[in-house]
Amino acid sequence: MSSTWMTTRAWLLMLPLLVVMVAVIGWPLVDTVGLSFTDAKLVGTGGNFVGFDNYTNMLSSSNFSRTLVTTTLFAIISVAAEMVIGVLAALLLNQEFRGRAVLRALMILPWALPTVVNATLWRLIYNPEYGALNAALTQLHLIDAYRSWLGEPGTALAALIVADCWKNFPLVALIALAALQAVPRDITAASLVDGAGPFNRFRFVILPYLAGPLMVALVLRTIEAFKVFDLIWVMTRGGPANTTRTLSILVYQEAFSFQRAGSGASLALIVTLLVTLLAVAYAALVRKTAGSAA
Amino acid sequence: MERKSPAFTVFIYACALLLAAIILAPIAWLFIMSISPAADLAAKPLRWWPGAADFSRYQQLLSTAENSAGAAFIASLRNSLEIAGMATLAALALAIPAGWAVSRTPAIGWSLSMVIATYMLPPVALAVPLYMGLSHLGLLNNVFGLALVYLTILAPFTTWLMKSGFDSIPREIEAAAMIDGAGLFQTLRIITLPLAAPVMATSALFAVLLAWDEFFYALLFTSDQRAKTLTVAIADLAGGRVSDYGLIATAGVLAALPPVLIGLVMQRALISGLTSGGVKG
Repeated sequence: MSSTWMTTRAWLLMLPLLVVMVAVIGWPLVDTVGLSFTDAKLVGTGGNFVGFDNYTNMLSSSNFSRTLVTTTLFAIISVAAEMVIGVLAALLLNQEFRGRAVLRALMILPWALPTVVNATLWRLIYNPEYGALNAALTQLHLIDAYRSWLGEPGTALAALIVADCWKNFPLVALIALAALQAVPRDITAASLVDGAGPFNRFRFVILPYLAGPLMVALVLRTIEAFKVFDLIWVMTRGGPANTTRTLSILVYQEAFSFQRAGSGASLALIVTLLVTLLAVAYAALVRKTAGSAA
Repeated sequence: MERKSPAFTVFIYACALLLAAIILAPIAWLFIMSISPAADLAAKPLRWWPGAADFSRYQQLLSTAENSAGAAFIASLRNSLEIAGMATLAALALAIPAGWAVSRTPAIGWSLSMVIATYMLPPVALAVPLYMGLSHLGLLNNVFGLALVYLTILAPFTTWLMKSGFDSIPREIEAAAMIDGAGLFQTLRIITLPLAAPVMATSALFAVLLAWDEFFYALLFTSDQRAKTLTVAIADLAGGRVSDYGLIATAGVLAALPPVLIGLVMQRALISGLTSGGVKG
C-alpha cells in the first residue's frame, strides 16, 4: 500500500474531528480576536472598530492588576499546598500498613466529587450562622464568636484555597504514588546499606523518579488554578469587596454581566496569552527535568 | 529489609488516621446534613449527629409533583444525563477514527497535538462567540446546543486517550488479518475495535465525568428547566434563599453519587488513565 494513500486515508479519518474542532473552537477563537478590537455589545448588532483601545484600557485598569494578583496568589498557594500534601500522602500510602488499600480507594472520592458539589459543601461548612467550621471551632473554644469566613476580606481567599486543596491534593497523591511504586526496591535497599538518611534518600534516590510525573501534575494543576471559575463563582462570586475575583470571573462580569462583549473578549485573550506563556515556560522546564532525571 | 521501630509504626498509623479523617470528614458531613432534621442543623451548639435519620428530603427531591423542588431537580437530572450521554457518544464517534488514524500514521500526529493544545484555552476565550453562535442557531437553552459545546472539552481528551489505547495494540495483528484477505474496515471491526473495547469504556467514563462536572458553559447557555444541568441547579440552590441547608446537601449527595460510584468501581482504569498524563479538565 502506498504511503500517500495511507496518509490521505488518515486525514479522511481525522476529518470529522477537525471539522467539529474548527466549528466549536477555531472559529470562536478567531471571532474573539475580531471582537476584541470592537466596542461590540453582547446583544444587538456588531460594534465599531476601536483598535487596541480595549487592550490598553484593560491593561491599565486597577481592576485588572488587582485581579491578576489575586489569581496568581490563588494559583501559587493552592498548587504548592496540593503538591506538598499530595507527595506526603503518597509517601504514607507507599508504606505498608493495615487498611492501606481502603485508604487508597478513598483518595478517589474528593477527585470524583463534582466541582460544584465541592464548592457547595464548603460553602455550607463555612456558613456564618450554622456552619460546621464555626460550630467546631467554638466547641473547641478556639474562637469566641461565629465568623463569616467567606464574607470577610481577610479570610475569604484562604477559605477558597482550602476547598480547592481538599479536592485536588488526592490527584497529586495518586500520581505521585504510581511513580513511587516504580522505584526499584533494590535501589532504596542499596541506599540504606550505603547509610543514606531518610532525607538524603528522598532527595537523591526517590525524588528523581517523582520529578517527571510531578512536573506534569504541576503544569496541569497550575493551568487549571489559573483558569479557576466554578469554585469561586459558587462560593463567593468574587466577593467580598472583590477580594476573591479571579481573571475568569472578571471576564464573565465584563462580557456577560455588563454585556461588553468587545472589552470582555480582549480580557479573555490576555488571559489566554498568560496561560499559554505559563504552559510554554513549564514545557521547557519539563523537558529539562526529564533530561536530567533520565 | 528496613527494620521498623514501634514508634515508627505508631507514627504511620497516626498519619493514616489523620489522612482518612481529612478525606472523609467533609463527605460524611455532607451526608449527615442531608439526613439531619432542620432543627438539628440550626441548633447552637450544633448537633453533629442527628437525633433521628430523616430521609424525607430525598423523597422531596425525587418527587415528580408539579412545581415542586423535586420537579426542577428531576428536570436538571434528566438534562445532565441527556447532555452527558449525547456529548460522550459524539466525542467517541469523532475520537475513535481520529485516534486510530494518528496512532497508525504518526506523520499526521501534529494535527492531534494542535487539538490537544486547546486544553490551555480558558473557556472564557470561546464563550462570547459561542453564545452569539448558539443564539443565532436558536440553540441557547437547549440540550443539543450544550452537548455540542461540550465537545470542545470532551473530543480532544477522548481522542488523546483512544490514540494511546490504539498505540498499545500491535499493528502486526492488523497486518496479519489483512494478509489473510480481510479488508481494512473488516479488520478494524473484527480485530482492532474489540481489542480497544476497554480503552473505549475508559474514554467514555472520563467523558461522562467531564460532562457531568461542567458548570461554566451550562451557567451561560441555559436559563430554565428545559436545559439547566444539575451543576447549575445546585449552584442556584446554594446561592438562593433556601432556608433548609439539608436540602442543598441532599442535592449535592445525589449529584455526587454517579461520579463517586464510577470512581470507586473503575478505580484501576481511572488511575492508569490519570497517571499516564491525562487529568480531568
